[in-house]
Amino acid sequence: MSLKGKRILIAKPGLDGHDVGAKVIALALRDAGADVIYTGLRKSSAYIAKVAVDEDVDVVGLSMLSGSHMALVSDTIRCLEEYDASDIKIFVGGTIPEKDRAALIEAGVCGVFTADMPLEDVIRAIERELS
Amino acid sequence: MSDSESRTPPIPEPRTASGIEIPERITPDMLRHPDPGTPGEPPYTRGIFPNGYRGRLWTFRQYSGFGTAEDTNARYRFLLESGQTGLSVALDLPTQCGFDPNDPMARSEVGKVGVSLSSLAEAEILFDGIDLSGISTSFTINGTAAIVYAMYCAVADKQGVPREKLTGTIQNDILKEYVARGTWIFPVRPSMRLISDTILFSNRETPRFNPISIAGAHVRDAGATAVEELGYTLANGLAYVEELIRRGGDAAKFANRLSFFFYVHMDFFEEICKFRAARRLWAALLEERFDITDPKAQRFRFGVVCGGSSLTAAQPYNNIVRVGIETLAATLGGAQSIFTCAYDEAFQIPTEFSAEIALRTQQIIAYESGISKIVDPLGGSHYVEWLTDKMEEETRRVIEEIDEYGGVEKAIEDGYLQARIAERAHERKQMVDKGETVIVGQNYFRRDDQTDDFGEVFKVDPQAAQRVQEKYQRVMAERDSAKVEQTLKALERAAAKDDENLMPYLIDCCHAYATVGEMVATLKLQWGEFQEPIRL
Repeated sequence: MSLKGKRILIAKPGLDGHDVGAKVIALALRDAGADVIYTGLRKSSAYIAKVAVDEDVDVVGLSMLSGSHMALVSDTIRCLEEYDASDIKIFVGGTIPEKDRAALIEAGVCGVFTADMPLEDVIRAIERELS
Repeated sequence: MSDSESRTPPIPEPRTASGIEIPERITPDMLRHPDPGTPGEPPYTRGIFPNGYRGRLWTFRQYSGFGTAEDTNARYRFLLESGQTGLSVALDLPTQCGFDPNDPMARSEVGKVGVSLSSLAEAEILFDGIDLSGISTSFTINGTAAIVYAMYCAVADKQGVPREKLTGTIQNDILKEYVARGTWIFPVRPSMRLISDTILFSNRETPRFNPISIAGAHVRDAGATAVEELGYTLANGLAYVEELIRRGGDAAKFANRLSFFFYVHMDFFEEICKFRAARRLWAALLEERFDITDPKAQRFRFGVVCGGSSLTAAQPYNNIVRVGIETLAATLGGAQSIFTCAYDEAFQIPTEFSAEIALRTQQIIAYESGISKIVDPLGGSHYVEWLTDKMEEETRRVIEEIDEYGGVEKAIEDGYLQARIAERAHERKQMVDKGETVIVGQNYFRRDDQTDDFGEVFKVDPQAAQRVQEKYQRVMAERDSAKVEQTLKALERAAAKDDENLMPYLIDCCHAYATVGEMVATLKLQWGEFQEPIRL
């Protein structure tokens, strides 16, 4: 498995402070060869979109465990559109109830990851989307 | 997933979850403390009370809060009628991070993970019909703990309850927020000052209230081992004691009101021994480092959460069993208060059904199992005494390592501790992925037809956030804005001085219906914000 040469932004939108999942994913993606940037906590969607564009990333991973994912994801997608950067792939991770997953995909998210998913599956899903 | 269905896990390795190797047999000559001492006497290995739970059971304290103050007030009344003995307030993220409900950063989070408490007007409703002199209330609040505590004092003033009658706890442990939970606001130094202000004020005005609950729980849930959880927590505790002494605090008074908070995970004996080791080690550290020898001040009091990240989304009803085992460990370890997670708590706000089972779990252990009848029934067991020794030794090593690094404040500002926790979490995750750590129903013993259905879904009232916003606008319009401005100005002036206790100023602001967002913004002007070190 390799994500060599791929640039990935892991971001924490909203106010949720649970950053372990985001950091674990960041470490795993780095081990898989990607260049990983992590935003740190409490970033606005506008900030995340700007960093994604400035850093010319291929993928944005949004991590959310506070139940606010629907609003925050559509916000981020809108901000990326404003930068004409809709080609950047968006993945979502965190506490995402089953019922919201289809809606997120519908909104333009490429994949939804939960805590019990093996890291290998996460990496493979991102690889597949980028190939 | 038939792969995991057919797989049988290996026989468990003979080492604890923290990695302590367990000998096949433990004999008395292997014990450093063959006689663990007497319960109720320093260093309190066997418990802080001579008779354990005979005099008083632990507090059954279920964490809850959601939506508007009215919604949460109704849930509290339900829990109190069901036999709960203490309240535990879950606050929403805007309140925890210091934003008003209408702030663009906050709008999508209003009322989600807890109740919105933007001003005294909401606090008055939250505790409507609940006599504050007759109930102990615990607030999981850190970045804005001083403000929420000020609000609680103001509600008591309004109810006509004398402040000295207030009992309860504010978590108020900012150090671990920087490491794991993430609701920090100000830089480390002014945050430490604010915490000292609350503790010194509380010792004087609300002497029965716990102004801090030094928490390892979140660090543990984030990835730390039980040993690291204890080590980081005690290191933080020592940092607070040092700060309080620097501020001229009286150790005999404040040390007696420090309390602690942990997670209980699934390694049964390691958890029990963690608490026995914690008591002994804390008493020793206070004496070694600060010459605090008052037996009352040396008592290590703690509450726990049973559940947390040991709960699974896979086969969620198994979580009831996990929480039951963890609750047993907590009681055998001598906890003063217990919060049992509901089986669906990992993925939603518990329903009344799941919340009731969680509470019943504690009641069954308290009233049916016989555990409450004798203090420290495991005391004297070779394994338990040996593992208590081991946990104590290993924990000392973690604390020394932080000392060598230059103390917790430096370790936090550099991002050193944060990076360590992330590495640990990554290791832990890899062990689960590889099948070295067994999680029943998740990486082993899954069924092909498994749906992981957890029954009733908690329905968040979609209008709740809207109602919070409307109420907020109304309060803003109706309050005396000159009074608000005046109290905020006074707060600003006091914050500029290093030696002024801010609590009376915050209480004045609350009485004037100043909002959490306004008070935080005022303090940010003086102190700035914490700059999160990004280090992977």
